[in-house]
Amino acid sequence: MHELSIAQGLVAIIKEEMEKHEVTKLHSVRVAYGQMAALVPEALTFAFEACTLGTDMEGATLEMVPIPVILKCSECGEQFSPDKSDLFMPCPNCDEGLGHEVLQGKELYLDNMEAE
Amino acid sequence: MDIPVIRNILEANDRISNQLRKIFKAKQILVLNLISSPGSGKTSTLERTLTDLRDELKMAVIEGDLVTDNDARRVAATGAQAVQINTDGACHLDSSMVLQALDSLDLEGLDILFVENVGNLVCPAEFEVGEDYKISLLSVTEGDDKPEKYPLLFAESQVMLLNKTDLLPYVDFSLERASKFAKALNKNLDIFPISCKTAEGMGAWYDWLRAKTKEKKEA
Repeated sequence: MHELSIAQGLVAIIKEEMEKHEVTKLHSVRVAYGQMAALVPEALTFAFEACTLGTDMEGATLEMVPIPVILKCSECGEQFSPDKSDLFMPCPNCDEGLGHEVLQGKELYLDNMEAE
Repeated sequence: MDIPVIRNILEANDRISNQLRKIFKAKQILVLNLISSPGSGKTSTLERTLTDLRDELKMAVIEGDLVTDNDARRVAATGAQAVQINTDGACHLDSSMVLQALDSLDLEGLDILFVENVGNLVCPAEFEVGEDYKISLLSVTEGDDKPEKYPLLFAESQVMLLNKTDLLPYVDFSLERASKFAKALNKNLDIFPISCKTAEGMGAWYDWLRAKTKEKKEA
């Protein structure tokens, strides 16, 4: 829903990194996103294209890589990875359903860029 | 050439959020980010809280809405300082908006600053605004499966206010079910069933506010 402001933030970071590494032509970027983050990949791709149109980043591709959710059981400490559609599954080890800790799955970061 | 980066895309917001946290820490102000869907009763709960605790705690509110200053007016009528942010379309408040709003607020001697976010269960959960705690609010007319449908918000909250308990006789809402899913990814979540209309349950919420205000002053 706010993928446009995320795309703008992404473009600002890319610009900084390109200056830092003294590259001028961007080919592609890879963004990693947690499966619990409030983000629609297709919308971000669309927003990225809109933000780079008419700039020297135009034509660069955006690859989106999902990061799975990892939970730690509040009872036995087992770490497990529920399916995105079943975040509330009980622990596969001890069947506890409440109070799991979210170890991974909320991230949103620019992983790497291909540029020259 | 392949350039590894690994930078948080929301880092600009996080940076300003940390700047806000420093300001609030220096002034020992407890900051609460109030998040819910439209119509759950955020503003009504604030009106009741600000009125009932008026003689005990000094409180102010930053209101967030797309348009209108209706909520800031309602809150200001209780005697508390209120500033309205109009996002003109943005679906959540972010740190830069809150930082700007501070220009219109007198922070001296404040105990609590409430940030009433734009009515939305999705996006505000992603954007820190310098708060100590996120307070989620769900009303009993919204269905007891909402914590299941919006896991990120309830996983990030410290408190869930379950509002409009006076309507429980008229709706199919299981307090148990809503609480179970809200705590599933957040075992330390404090849940307060309240009615801001009849004042039922507000005592426990007020005790939590008093305790957290004291903690912030002693930090």
